[in-house]
Amino acid sequence: MSPLQSVPLWLAIPVAFFVVLGSTLTLIGALGFARLQSFYDRLHAPTLATSWGTGGVMIASALMFSFIEGRAIVHEFAIGFCIVLTTPITLMMLGRAALERDRAEGSDALPLDMRTRPQRPDDPPAQD
Amino acid sequence: MIRLFPHPVLSLCLIFLWLMLTRFSLGYLILGTALSLVAGWAYSALHSAKPRIRRWQTIPRLAATLVLDIIRSNAAITRLLLTEGRNGRTSAFIQIPLQITSPNALAVLAIILTATPGTAWVEYGTDTGILTLHIFDASEADHYHRIVGQTYEPMLMEIFE
Amino acid sequence: MSETILTIALGYAQIALALAGCLVGTRILRGPRAQDRVLALDSLYVSIMLLFLVTGMQLGTAFFFEAAMVISIMGFVSSVALAKFLFRGEVIE
Repeated sequence: MSPLQSVPLWLAIPVAFFVVLGSTLTLIGALGFARLQSFYDRLHAPTLATSWGTGGVMIASALMFSFIEGRAIVHEFAIGFCIVLTTPITLMMLGRAALERDRAEGSDALPLDMRTRPQRPDDPPAQD
Repeated sequence: MIRLFPHPVLSLCLIFLWLMLTRFSLGYLILGTALSLVAGWAYSALHSAKPRIRRWQTIPRLAATLVLDIIRSNAAITRLLLTEGRNGRTSAFIQIPLQITSPNALAVLAIILTATPGTAWVEYGTDTGILTLHIFDASEADHYHRIVGQTYEPMLMEIFE
Repeated sequence: MSETILTIALGYAQIALALAGCLVGTRILRGPRAQDRVLALDSLYVSIMLLFLVTGMQLGTAFFFEAAMVISIMGFVSSVALAKFLFRGEVIE
């Protein structure tokens, strides 16, 4: 008997719902990622996949394996936790890197007041 | 005790993560505790400034607000992405002056704002205290000004400062 | 009945996630700039990781979970290293 057959109907419906929700959101995010025109717009597209896209698949997987194994399986949420905490770091670093690169090139992707670093006139240049 | 457990919350989280990844049993509990002790020492050698949390009571409220906000903005961004090209959406950079200065509060705010679809953290000037955000839908600029200035910032100040 | 629902839902999810991976892959090829490619690579990691989890659910084994975990951690480390490289032009300072 395949593992899918042992899942009762009352559990199959939420599992299917969350899987479809998660994968659809990921697909929409990827679609936006391929279609959006500027880099800063595209910076928003992956967050769909990493918030409810990942969340939906995690919840479905945890529900299904908890039933099949007969005990609470929550290790999927470790991945979810990891994704939720790490994606902002990647996106922030990429956003800042893109901003610095655009500034260095004087790119017209930035509005005029963003082309120089905002700082007080008498402050020394920031170092990090 | 402080020397044995320099970061009790971090160690507890690590033990819990270890038990989640393996299974809940006494053997794994002991092994996980030993590992989290070593990790706590290693972390305190790397980074000694310890986050001080003043009020725990606000954290559940913050988490609930965040979950609702993520659901709301997921729906909004999905709608905008599906009608892309026809809805006249423009994106914009907005600048928000922040009151909070504690690095931990800023880190939590950065995670909140980046994890929520629709806002991306672009730059924060430590000298000026001005946060630059990129927002996906420029017509919602007022909403983001309000949500950062009046919802998240007071809660983070309550928790950390 | 429940098997049919799950088979359809998981099959749909696999196709959707594979398609998402392909769409993101076109962005890796098209660029136009290095930061677009790095961002695309990061999203590709997430799509493939979700595809692994869904495949694991379909086969009913927990082995794919470990692979998904490794992908998510390696993806983070590599994206951060690449972003750091874009920022400064050198990985080790």
